[in-house]
Amino acid sequence: MVNPNVQGKKYPATDPYLVGREKIREFAHAVKSTNPMNLDVFAAQAAGYTDVIAPPTFAVVIQERSLATVLGDPEADIDFSRVVHGDQRFIHARPIVAGDELVSELEVASVKSLGAHSMVTFETKIYDVTKELVCTAISTLVVRGDE
Amino acid sequence: MTHINIASLEVGQVIGSTEFLLTRDSLVRYAGASGDFNQIHYRDDVAAAVGLPGVLAHGMLTMGAAVQVAVDWVGNAGAVVDYQVRFTKPVVVDPVNGAVLVVTGKVGEIDAENNVVRVDLEAVFDDNKVLGKAQARVQL
Repeated sequence: MVNPNVQGKKYPATDPYLVGREKIREFAHAVKSTNPMNLDVFAAQAAGYTDVIAPPTFAVVIQERSLATVLGDPEADIDFSRVVHGDQRFIHARPIVAGDELVSELEVASVKSLGAHSMVTFETKIYDVTKELVCTAISTLVVRGDE
Repeated sequence: MTHINIASLEVGQVIGSTEFLLTRDSLVRYAGASGDFNQIHYRDDVAAAVGLPGVLAHGMLTMGAAVQVAVDWVGNAGAVVDYQVRFTKPVVVDPVNGAVLVVTGKVGEIDAENNVVRVDLEAVFDDNKVLGKAQARVQL
């Protein structure tokens, strides 16, 4: 069982993640994007961006860094081998652009029990170097209990 | 700015449909690109040991591919301002044939005041919907 007392717990900001142009292209190919904004600097610039922009789900890479902190927190007591991804949401204030340096701050939004299982919802806020909010990532993990 | 005129849209209208072939190569590529190296996404023995019917596609790969239908429609990945899904069924990826994911996007809601359209995505694998409440809000 996930420790219900971690509901509301906030985790410190991660170290800055520098978003690379080739990383965006690699991720775009992996999610089968053919959108020129993800791949072609000139197309992205013609649309008003400074460089290629990331696909809508790229923020998961940043979210993952905060999530790793929680999964390593003995107080939260989350057994990763029992984790199933329940749902995911990304709310973008703006797209992630190559060259961004991003940090994320995670809060455990809720811990609920569902029979033997636990459902944990995390809210991760992703900021750029000017502390402007770029994206809010909301993720619910289902942690299977003993059957 | 887009080529789409919000006044011409109707709720329920199909905006596009794409067939994605997810192979084991796709999973390895996604693992590397995303950093999610959970072995259930590339090792049959590990998948079997934890009681799965086979190697599964990353839910986030399904989510990431599905939204491309909305992105292709609007023409700009940056126009997707809000995107959510629920993972309802696993996508089992055959080592030889892979898995075919068919994604169809429909207009779910029109917010003419803010020029935002909610695109509802249906992702089907093996006759089952694998995503629930898959909604992408697109800023036109």
